[in-house]
Amino acid sequence: MAQAEFRVVAVGPLVSVQDGGRAGALRFGVPASGPMDRKSLAIANRALGNSAGAAGIEVSRGGLTLDCVAGAVSVAVAGGGFVVRVDRMLVGSWAVFTVRAGQRLQIAPGPWGSWTALSFAGALQATDWLGSAATHAASGFGGGAVRVGQRIIVDGAQVRHDAAIPCPVWARPRRVIHAVPGPQERFFAPATLEAFFAAPYRLTDAYDRMGVCLRGADLTPEAALNLPSQAIVRGAVQVAGDGVPVVLLADHQTTGGYPKIATVLSDDLDGFVQLRPHDAVRFVSIGADEAVQIARHRARAVDRYMAALVARTGHSA
Amino acid sequence: MLQPAFRPMADTGVLVEFAGDPGPALRAAVRQLDRALATAPCAGFVEAVPAFSTLAVIFDPLVTDPAGVEAHLRRLLAHPVASDEPPTERVVEVCYDADLAPDLAEVAARTGLSPDAVIEAHLAGAYEVVMYGFAPGYAYLTGLPEALQLDRKPQAVRGVLAGSVIVAGAQCLVTTLTMPTGWWVIGRSPTRVLTGDATRPFLFDVGDRVTFRRIGRDRLVEG
Repeated sequence: MAQAEFRVVAVGPLVSVQDGGRAGALRFGVPASGPMDRKSLAIANRALGNSAGAAGIEVSRGGLTLDCVAGAVSVAVAGGGFVVRVDRMLVGSWAVFTVRAGQRLQIAPGPWGSWTALSFAGALQATDWLGSAATHAASGFGGGAVRVGQRIIVDGAQVRHDAAIPCPVWARPRRVIHAVPGPQERFFAPATLEAFFAAPYRLTDAYDRMGVCLRGADLTPEAALNLPSQAIVRGAVQVAGDGVPVVLLADHQTTGGYPKIATVLSDDLDGFVQLRPHDAVRFVSIGADEAVQIARHRARAVDRYMAALVARTGHSA
Repeated sequence: MLQPAFRPMADTGVLVEFAGDPGPALRAAVRQLDRALATAPCAGFVEAVPAFSTLAVIFDPLVTDPAGVEAHLRRLLAHPVASDEPPTERVVEVCYDADLAPDLAEVAARTGLSPDAVIEAHLAGAYEVVMYGFAPGYAYLTGLPEALQLDRKPQAVRGVLAGSVIVAGAQCLVTTLTMPTGWWVIGRSPTRVLTGDATRPFLFDVGDRVTFRRIGRDRLVEG
């Protein structure tokens, strides 16, 4: 089988192997992990005819430079507005293109976005943990963080036609975020809950795969901090005793004893994580039933996009 | 049967919360619903997370919705099925040497006990695995004697080493990763909760009974 091999020349922090994630192990303290922007990895994979959840590399604003040292393989990049070059030549930041032995692939932060997905036409060699190659950053379990000098091997490497990948409007950074109050909003004074949904917040530099701290109106809870620990989901907005809200993300802790004032609509998280530190964001209160309706509406839009993408790039499901 | 509250977690979850004093009755109610749901999952069921007084039920919003999940859970609650499987007994080793137990003196000061009395009380506890949470393999043990119970610190401390034995409230756990925690560090254990065994990656099942056994520093290196 054709094999392509890369050597990692340069890599920033928080660049790691990710796949569709390991849902189902929350009860053992294991979050799903997977890409911060889940739809972008799915798009990059589908543009190559891979399954949506195939293993690829999630690239942060720290960037990634790979030398192809053997073989040739087509890759797809989707998510964010990064600057992507093969040797010195710019290729689109949303594109399918081929990298051959002797060429250098460089992915650098560009005009917008915090994360981009790099997928390979073939099977990326990656270590599994509990049936998934998704990297859990705090433990390093799964495919792992990408490190300088590491070899990256793609089995069954294939070459495809170059193609642009349309960047849908819903892949852009999202500055207005839907959130459902709770599950512990009752520990906050009514005025505090109101402030969360009225006041603008900004992302801070305390932003990694576990979550992001926000800056804005103080949200100190009314009640004491000795809640029995309970489950946390991705998107929970947790407030510790210091009154600072933290939005929990792909590698979130699975439980916590601090109250969660609200939970972000799952689909909004992909656009939320494409914001950058110091960007402003506003939360809009919706009910759980409305959240489900939006989730279904969004899923239909993604399905239509994926069907058109597959038709355009010529790969069937 | 206790009638719980159902609290939404956006479009993908419902938190089932049993009211009342935290204790064996609430834990039993959570476990019973967890087992019933595993036996008879609703359409769109993804996973459930048992905790001290809550069961989080995660679902696929493209298949079901909070009302559908809640109706299913209410049916399960109306027809409880008891389990009579005896819990498994497990032993966890712990070394209390001062440099491995940076908060032991502070816990002693706050509880009005001597450090040795803190250790004795910790060893005397009969613990039960209530849940995993926070991070991979973090198994929450309840049963810390009342004399040792303190609120967690207001701010988490970064870089607490894997294998630390930490306590807060009525809870105790052995950390598996070097992570931040707001709990009090009173010892170090070589016992591995993340076993490294692919067929059984986690040492405990929820419901296991645990006792601690004191070891000297020499036993730690084997971990």
